[in-house]
Amino acid sequence: MSTTASNPDRVQTPKLRLEHVTKQFDVRGSKDKFTAIEDIDIDLADGEFLVLVGPSGCGKSTLLDLLGGLSTPTSGRILLDGQPVTGPGLDRGIVFQQYALLPWRTARHNIEFGLEAKGLPRKERRELAEHYLELVGLKGFGDRYPHELSGGMKQRVAIARSLAFDPEVLLMDEPFAALDAQTRESLQDELLRIWKATGKTILFITHGIDEAIYLGQRVAVLTSRPGRVKTFVDIDIDRSGEDVRSNEQFRHYRHRIWTLLHGEVERAQVIEKEEAHV
Amino acid sequence: MSSALATPEVPVAADPTRTAAPTPASTPPEPGAVQRAGAALRPLAWRILKPSVAIVAFLALWEIAPRVGLVDEVFLPPFSTVIEAFFDLLQSGELWQHVSASLSRALIGFFVAVVIAIPLGIAIAWYRPVSDFLNPILELFRNTAALALLPVFILILGIGEESKIALVIYACTFPILLNTISGVRTVDPLLIKSASSLGLSPVRLFQKVVLPAAVPTIFTGIRMAAASSILVLIAAEMVGAKAGLGYLITASQFNFQIPNMYAGIVAISVLGLTINAVLVLIERRLSRWRV
Repeated sequence: MSTTASNPDRVQTPKLRLEHVTKQFDVRGSKDKFTAIEDIDIDLADGEFLVLVGPSGCGKSTLLDLLGGLSTPTSGRILLDGQPVTGPGLDRGIVFQQYALLPWRTARHNIEFGLEAKGLPRKERRELAEHYLELVGLKGFGDRYPHELSGGMKQRVAIARSLAFDPEVLLMDEPFAALDAQTRESLQDELLRIWKATGKTILFITHGIDEAIYLGQRVAVLTSRPGRVKTFVDIDIDRSGEDVRSNEQFRHYRHRIWTLLHGEVERAQVIEKEEAHV
Repeated sequence: MSSALATPEVPVAADPTRTAAPTPASTPPEPGAVQRAGAALRPLAWRILKPSVAIVAFLALWEIAPRVGLVDEVFLPPFSTVIEAFFDLLQSGELWQHVSASLSRALIGFFVAVVIAIPLGIAIAWYRPVSDFLNPILELFRNTAALALLPVFILILGIGEESKIALVIYACTFPILLNTISGVRTVDPLLIKSASSLGLSPVRLFQKVVLPAAVPTIFTGIRMAAASSILVLIAAEMVGAKAGLGYLITASQFNFQIPNMYAGIVAISVLGLTINAVLVLIERRLSRWRV
């Protein structure tokens, strides 16, 4: 199966490009290397919404650390607007599964956090924070501390924080996995709305097939241990109708990705069992 | 260790979840609602009364036991006699003289300990080599009771102010130091990861994330230190001093002014409670964000 990332209508310089990215770790007390991800090739066009879906052990945390500039690839390159990523920076915004809000700051001041790092003056920070609070539907909640907000609201604050400093790419690490099903679905709709309103390039990582299909313009299916891109699936569904997740097209994509993933999930479980026995 | 000292939970006023279903409390009032409002006053009175019940009972026992001859009135004068002595000492200015002597020693020692222990704790927690180097000696000192060192301090620094203040510094340093280390070490790694992904420099990361996250734990250490500063100081003053509450207590005992001795003890209780209340108030201001 072909794993090329290029697509005929995406010929211009990609926003984000992963070029044969491989990451290996030393195994403690052994000369062997553990390969977390191998030869990952992904191009993200400007304004694209790409979802990575993979079984556990597909190296998603590794990939995220690499994209965030918190570690460097063993081989290969990551290019943002054609420039190699060399470290962390405000050109990428990360939304974590566990929100990562600063508990001693109110929602507003959490959103201002990235703006402080950017060195914006107080007045401007305040205005931007207000704007993004409104964008994520939290107008009037700016003075709440994180422990006074529900999980869904915390994640809205986290999304607003990452959008506020205006990164080139938004990296989302299973952002809705900790939420209940209803909140998750409403946040998925919110995210699509925000994406359309801001035109951001989004790389979204998830375990959920439904979530991947519902959100992504394109879904990259990853293999387990080492993580590789098994294939890309272009998603072309009409999301305007009611209960999109039950319609014919959606189920078709669901089955296709499920089939692609199924073997990987089984393989991952076998590996995990083997390791548990050692 | 810290949980026992934690401030009482304050209920969150507003319902934070938007998705929450209406609670039974928001249903329309029933016929019996007016009566229940009257009943609601009872818990309030009880809440004010409850903490004082045990204290009042204790003081009553103290008052009655010597009067009915359960204990010797000479060795345990009734509470009213002690209070009388307390106000006599207060009026003559003698009590204030002792309190201020004790308080200034405790405060100087306490602040010196804060200034030493917090930066040292941060350094130990932040730089692994420093920690590997210092940990064994800290463990040794920590497990040496401060009062056991009192003779050493007196031998080296004399019977004057220096030895007492030094002892307070010693006793205050360890709770602050150890809590600072654990506060800085236990900052949620995700917060650090999230902040460093924004490209924050180590100094800014420390200032904006690590330190604020550690403040509540550090403050627990500060409260423990304040309590032990009074404790060791009183003991030191009992051994050798010309003023201070510890001196007041032992001197009164020697001169057989038993009511004065008890007045000194009451003064220590009141002082301890006051200091703790002030610190709890500051702590609450600093950790409003805590659940």
